[in-house]
Amino acid sequence: MQGAAAAAPPRLSLRGIRKAYPAVVANDGIDLDVAPGEIHAVLGENGAGKSTLMKIIYGVVQPDAGAIRWEGRPVAIASPHAARALGIGMVFQHFSLFETLTVTQNVALALDGARDLAALARRIAEVSQRYGLPLDPRRLVHSLSVGERQRVEIVRCLLQAPRLLILDEPTSVLTPQAVQRLFETLRQLAAEGCSILYISHKLDEIKALCTGATVLRAGRVTGTCDPRRETASSMARMMIGRDLPVCAHAAAAPGGEPRLVLAGLARAADDPFGTDLDGIDLAVHAGEIVGIAGVSGNGQQELLRAVSGETPLGAPLAVQLLGAGVGRMHPGRRRKLGLGFVPEERLGRGAVPHMSLAENALLTAHRAGGMVRAGLVRARRATAFARDCIERFAVKCGGPGAAARSLSGGNLQKFIVGREILQAPKVLVVAQPTWGVDVGAATFIRQALIDLRKRGTAILVISEELDELFEICDRIAVIAQGRLSPARPTRETSVEEIGVWMSGLWPGARAAGAPAGGTGGATATQA
Amino acid sequence: MRYLSPLLAAALTILVGYALFSALGRDPLAALHAFFVRPVSTANGVAELLLKASPLMMIATGLALGFRANVWNIGAEGQLILGAICGGGVALHLEGAASGWGLALMVVAGALGGMAWAAIPAFLRTRFNASEILTSLMLTYVAALLLSYLVHGPWRDPQGFNFPQSRMFDDALLFPLLVEGTRLNASFLLALAVVAAGWVFVHKSFLGYQMRVAGLADAAARYAGFSATRTVWIGMLAGGGAAGLAGLAEVAGPIGQLTPSISPGYGFAAIIVAFVGRLNPVGCALASLLMSLLYLGGEQAQMELRLPAAITGLFQGMLLFFLLGADVLINFRVRALRRAGPAAASAGQAA
Repeated sequence: MQGAAAAAPPRLSLRGIRKAYPAVVANDGIDLDVAPGEIHAVLGENGAGKSTLMKIIYGVVQPDAGAIRWEGRPVAIASPHAARALGIGMVFQHFSLFETLTVTQNVALALDGARDLAALARRIAEVSQRYGLPLDPRRLVHSLSVGERQRVEIVRCLLQAPRLLILDEPTSVLTPQAVQRLFETLRQLAAEGCSILYISHKLDEIKALCTGATVLRAGRVTGTCDPRRETASSMARMMIGRDLPVCAHAAAAPGGEPRLVLAGLARAADDPFGTDLDGIDLAVHAGEIVGIAGVSGNGQQELLRAVSGETPLGAPLAVQLLGAGVGRMHPGRRRKLGLGFVPEERLGRGAVPHMSLAENALLTAHRAGGMVRAGLVRARRATAFARDCIERFAVKCGGPGAAARSLSGGNLQKFIVGREILQAPKVLVVAQPTWGVDVGAATFIRQALIDLRKRGTAILVISEELDELFEICDRIAVIAQGRLSPARPTRETSVEEIGVWMSGLWPGARAAGAPAGGTGGATATQA
Repeated sequence: MRYLSPLLAAALTILVGYALFSALGRDPLAALHAFFVRPVSTANGVAELLLKASPLMMIATGLALGFRANVWNIGAEGQLILGAICGGGVALHLEGAASGWGLALMVVAGALGGMAWAAIPAFLRTRFNASEILTSLMLTYVAALLLSYLVHGPWRDPQGFNFPQSRMFDDALLFPLLVEGTRLNASFLLALAVVAAGWVFVHKSFLGYQMRVAGLADAAARYAGFSATRTVWIGMLAGGGAAGLAGLAEVAGPIGQLTPSISPGYGFAAIIVAFVGRLNPVGCALASLLMSLLYLGGEQAQMELRLPAAITGLFQGMLLFFLLGADVLINFRVRALRRAGPAAASAGQAA
């Protein structure tokens, strides 16, 4: 099948695909060809129409116009069911697995009709072996690391013998080492004739993996290229229409006073599938950005909630804000002391989806903005604050009255970051500042954080994107299995070193158990 | 669509009512006329409509504040009874010493009584995480038995021929009539004031905003530092206080004494009113008029059409059923699920 790529009709061919939503044309005249055995990248900023296009291919939404040809025949893909019947599999960015079920049971649920679980377990073992995705079918999903969960999703697709596999931002949850393993699997799949559509905004990954690329901007195709012959900056230009902006970043001024101090922070997780925090020590000083790297699911959530106050602690001194022990305080009181916080979930936590941006400004900025007087809301002030935030942070939206859920992920993130920054916090804690945010907005947000640092704010960033941490942080620590490594000055460490630390193996680390998180299986198999 | 669905539900209720009356062998148009039009065709009828709507709009407004924040106080009926007991108890003790502030004292006692009864589920919820749905509902029956004990025992009227009821309250301790010749009294103005206060709380106050956030996105409320405990307390106390007021208004209004049954289920009907009114105080006021009409129509139907008293509950139930149904169908689409073979077949090929 490999050699037939040139002669055979493309595995998938789209012509003139158009999809308009009431407010926006998501796809406008999209052409896309994927040859058999090709690893084809779909590149674009958030809101460029990538997700809509994938949903059309996977049958989740129907295009308004345009033709889809599958191996040369015209088809209409009415549902994901129909897509799977054609041989299209999709691995979503957010997994859809039941934590309390085993791997086999989870896979059986997707393959409606699979009754013989023992036989299915054997097939799972077989397929995972064949593609270098080690997986024990009998394990419960909650005991799996994120990387292993992704393998379940991939194996689930592979069991249906797909001829086109769609992967949506698959590497955001993996360590650098695990990414390399995933790429080997994908190359093997492609060599066997399976076509792969690879959605990502990480240009260096696309350069390393893909043999073709279609670039989208604002719902239209702005170019196709062979990523192996392009540079990251030339692809970025196609993607955002201008050169990739770079964050201006000077060395931190030393000698700031410690503003956020974690001292022996420990807490058993409430959630049976959560991570226990264990003796975490860290100091973040005025005028510096400290980053915490780590594979997701290693205690980041729990640490953030302990710092923000969403789960208060028993010991007041475990979290110290500007010298005061705040461990037992709820988030409102910590905010009053000058803590700003950007959570990783934007809708439903950082913002109320059904409320307008003005009302969402009120959510945390009511003190700084003077939006409440005598217990009554001063709606005009909230609106003015929201408008200011929209302008200063270039939020694309329908104005302060637009509902939070109507914004794209990147724009809502800009709004939330802006809302927290405009309150002039003394300490700012940011989780996943640019998760799923397009390149332009990501640079903007990073620059805003750096500017805030220059004004003397102590900033703690927790991110799964190493490149980002290396770009903006003055010091980097690693969280693994609920324990925190010492923080290293960014200039004295490397991606490789931090990558190893992400497995829990930093000097002086207690050699307890297997490292948690996505690295668990991956590093173990590499060793 | 959201504001249309109560109208849709009302229309469907009338439609099914039409079919129901036909099936029962009554002339459907005449029956509907008797049910929905005749009760309000006289001035006295309109006064009765407003009289019955008053407790409903008070309670529904109070409950709506909690419902908006996902605080499910189902026990307004019991809180209403406690309001009547506390307010009525004050009235019985003021016997003879009544003056202008007596009624004001009763109003305060009624509200506090309802709040106290609502405080029990609030405490159990915030301290032990016990579902307020169950505890508040169960306390309703406790309240009814407490009232029954009082009017059969310590508070029974010595000159009452052993009937289980208290003495009549002094006239000075009753709400003054608004329209002579009807039973409509000043508690209607109290109800309007409660609606107005509810509107300001929901739409203008920061606390109301916090409760709205808690109802829409629990995690966002926690993130912003709004206290979940306070939300539960305010939600429960608002409903309890309003129900207590309504109970007091009943015994210090049309009834004029404590009897074993002082409410034809206002506390439960108000739950329907709150939802038909879209949890909006002004909507609750309008919906309470509709619910009040159902009560009056039910009485009329008993007298004129000789239908059983259950007809009132039936129409209330239909209204809520169609409202919830309309809401679900507006927000979701029903689709038949087919068990298709192709995916399983292609999975089979993989093996």
